[in-house]
Amino acid sequence: MITNKKPRSSDTDSNYMRDDRTEMSEEDDRSPPSDSIANGSCLTRTCTPGSGSGSGSGSSSIPEYAAPYPDRVLENVLENVLWFLTSRKDRNAASLVCRSWYRVEAMTRSDLFIGNCYAVSPERATSRFTRVRSVTLKGKPRFADFNLMPPNWGAHFAPWVSATAKAYPWLEKIHLKRMSVTDDDLDLLAESFSGFKELVLVCCDGFGTSGLAAVASKCRQLKVLDLIESEVSDDEVDWIMCFPDTETCLESLIFDCVECLVDFDALERLVVRSPSLKKLRLNRFVSIGQLYRLMVRAPQLTHLGTGSFSPSEDVAQGELELDYVSAFAACKSLVCLSGFREIVPDCLPAIYPVCANLTSLNFSYANISAEQLKPIISNCHKLQTFWVLDSICDEGLQAVATTCKELRELRVFPFDAREDIEGPVSEVGLQAISEGCRKLQSILYFCQRMTNAAVIAMSKNCPDLVVFRLCIMGRHRPDHVTGKPMDEGFGAIVMNCKKLTRLAVSGLLTDTAFAYIGKYGKIVRTLSVAFAGDSDMGLKYVLEGCPRLQKLEIRDSPFGDTALLSGLHHYYNMRFLWMSACRLSHQGCQQIAQALPHLVVEVIKHEDVVHMDDYADTLYMYRSLAGRRHDVPQFVSIL
Amino acid sequence: MERSMAYERDLNLKATELRLGLPGSDEPKKPSTTPSVRSNKRASPEISEESRSKGSSCVSSKVESGERDSAPPAKEQVVGWPPIRSYRKNSLRAKKNDQVDGAGMYVKVSVDGAPYLRKIDLKVYKSYPELLETLENMFKLTIGEYSEKEGYNGSDFAPTYEDKDGDWMLVGDVPWDMFISSCKRLRIMKGSEARGLSC
Repeated sequence: MITNKKPRSSDTDSNYMRDDRTEMSEEDDRSPPSDSIANGSCLTRTCTPGSGSGSGSGSSSIPEYAAPYPDRVLENVLENVLWFLTSRKDRNAASLVCRSWYRVEAMTRSDLFIGNCYAVSPERATSRFTRVRSVTLKGKPRFADFNLMPPNWGAHFAPWVSATAKAYPWLEKIHLKRMSVTDDDLDLLAESFSGFKELVLVCCDGFGTSGLAAVASKCRQLKVLDLIESEVSDDEVDWIMCFPDTETCLESLIFDCVECLVDFDALERLVVRSPSLKKLRLNRFVSIGQLYRLMVRAPQLTHLGTGSFSPSEDVAQGELELDYVSAFAACKSLVCLSGFREIVPDCLPAIYPVCANLTSLNFSYANISAEQLKPIISNCHKLQTFWVLDSICDEGLQAVATTCKELRELRVFPFDAREDIEGPVSEVGLQAISEGCRKLQSILYFCQRMTNAAVIAMSKNCPDLVVFRLCIMGRHRPDHVTGKPMDEGFGAIVMNCKKLTRLAVSGLLTDTAFAYIGKYGKIVRTLSVAFAGDSDMGLKYVLEGCPRLQKLEIRDSPFGDTALLSGLHHYYNMRFLWMSACRLSHQGCQQIAQALPHLVVEVIKHEDVVHMDDYADTLYMYRSLAGRRHDVPQFVSIL
Repeated sequence: MERSMAYERDLNLKATELRLGLPGSDEPKKPSTTPSVRSNKRASPEISEESRSKGSSCVSSKVESGERDSAPPAKEQVVGWPPIRSYRKNSLRAKKNDQVDGAGMYVKVSVDGAPYLRKIDLKVYKSYPELLETLENMFKLTIGEYSEKEGYNGSDFAPTYEDKDGDWMLVGDVPWDMFISSCKRLRIMKGSEARGLSC
């Protein structure tokens, strides 16, 4: 786990540093050592001949290094070097070397990432890391997005905002995902951090436009306000009007998920006085005519979310006559386009001028056909990210495959998300993409029918795949040509895609599929399973075979206590395990809780499911230094 | 016994079987064990009805286990499946309601006092007079002429429609194209309510 990564400092003494580090790591000294002083004094002696040992420390007079406090020297040096260390993994490794390194690393960590807000208490985190400028917090598990978690389960931002308000008054950035945020939290944030620069809220809820107003009005240094797929309640406060009247520092303003009207004139004025604005994603209440006005004010935009992309109902005629093509042509830096929430296909040709430069295009709210897509996509040679609705059919995907040779990420969403319907995309589209887009790294594909052959083809044609998520919407659907389970397809993916770290499976799957995953999925970190498998063996294969597994989410699959117990050796290495509507009993969950004291084992009851026996509806368990949380709602029991 | 089985094999009845489906495709295999645990539960009929109506994830397996031998039944919607975020689902649902495509644009038509509703395809009509004439024929009533000031004066009936925002509007006030794209359902009001609108 210790990396012999060389510090980037170009100091002459970096040689000393290298040797010393090797020495230390070979000693394998991970516990706070009683001989740390001895180590320190060794270092002192070698340093004394004396060129300055740290780029930061000024003078190299010998008396300074004659050490009453050898640790200070080490720490000084380390501090200057560790500032360069940005990777979380490397920092975590460095902090384990010895107590000195632990301390220095804690002092120099500026980006605090907490993958599970319940894994550690805010107090503990803020007392260890004292100079943090940026905090990232993730809360609810992903299945909460699909209504599998009752509301008010937790993941409250409140304790974190109060702890960080006290500990990091200089905090600049907060990034939250799936957290419950209130207007009061946002108000406290705005009040507490005078230099606050970036707020990013992804899949969050619990707040409204009044919270946004507080941030807009009080955070005078705000550069980034990104609201992504969050639920924002309409408090009838026009938050756009709350930005200060002076020139702003805004670089990114993303509010496409906000389902409330904003005062357009205020928005236009805001754009005019935000000369650094590069990213602007409008909500669907902005008409295409209004979009035009904003675009001519901000031709420097690189990322644009186009809002409704249709004329407003009142002004229809006048809006259609504006020169949209010129407006787009004037945006010479535009590389990312999204929005099109209520697209009128006739307006689509307006974007022709920017197609050739686009690296990212999101049509996933645009109900367009293959014929409407083709003239656009045939110009998008540089496209790397493409999100689209299945309304384009296999034919549309074939057009994508023909042109988009640089494609790295593809997401195909269903227009009609039901089971047992015909479905416009199939294995034909997947096969075409695999043949045309050889550099593909990430795919999310919703369909009604699929074949093993197409999935196998993709596994061979796209060796760079890191993320493979296939959702065959009909549960337990086999290969629709052969009638066989989809085991071989997913097996080929884990076998052939050597870089695969994230996998979501679907369709008719037996334990064989899981045997493949356990055998070949050695670097898989995230696995998503639904309505799959035959027996406990399925889950056992995965828990025993995948050493890198961190996030495992399973629903409606026949895995029981025996399988759960087979993962005891691994659960401390995981961020979480979610199992709902499986065959777990309370006793089984209890056994896990008893065996692993640092695991928080939550059993979540669903109010509308009647309990006739001992099965646990939902098990959600995660490692934690904080122990059982104090904000447990009544439908959760912690074992 | 064995002889008859061998005989059947030689005949290769399967290959000559008449069925719907691509040649070479077998019927989809039912999984050997029902994937959802709920089928093992001993739930009383009333309780199972209750949980069914509340749309929990156990609904589908009850349907499956009850009808294992017949053709796959139409599956009831399961909570959180397919895994699409509700924001996206809601955005697209609104679009589906507005959708005007080759499949037609069917809206329900109710008439006050009539025992059941009808459905008509708005796409078939090009203008208000055509639509109103059809309604008059369908329900054997007279709606009369539209006037901007007085609505459908001189008639006991007033055609109204519910728009995207959920408001009830008088048919004829907005341009036809706008009407087509915002009309969700029609209601022909009668009597004093109707006259109230026309005043």
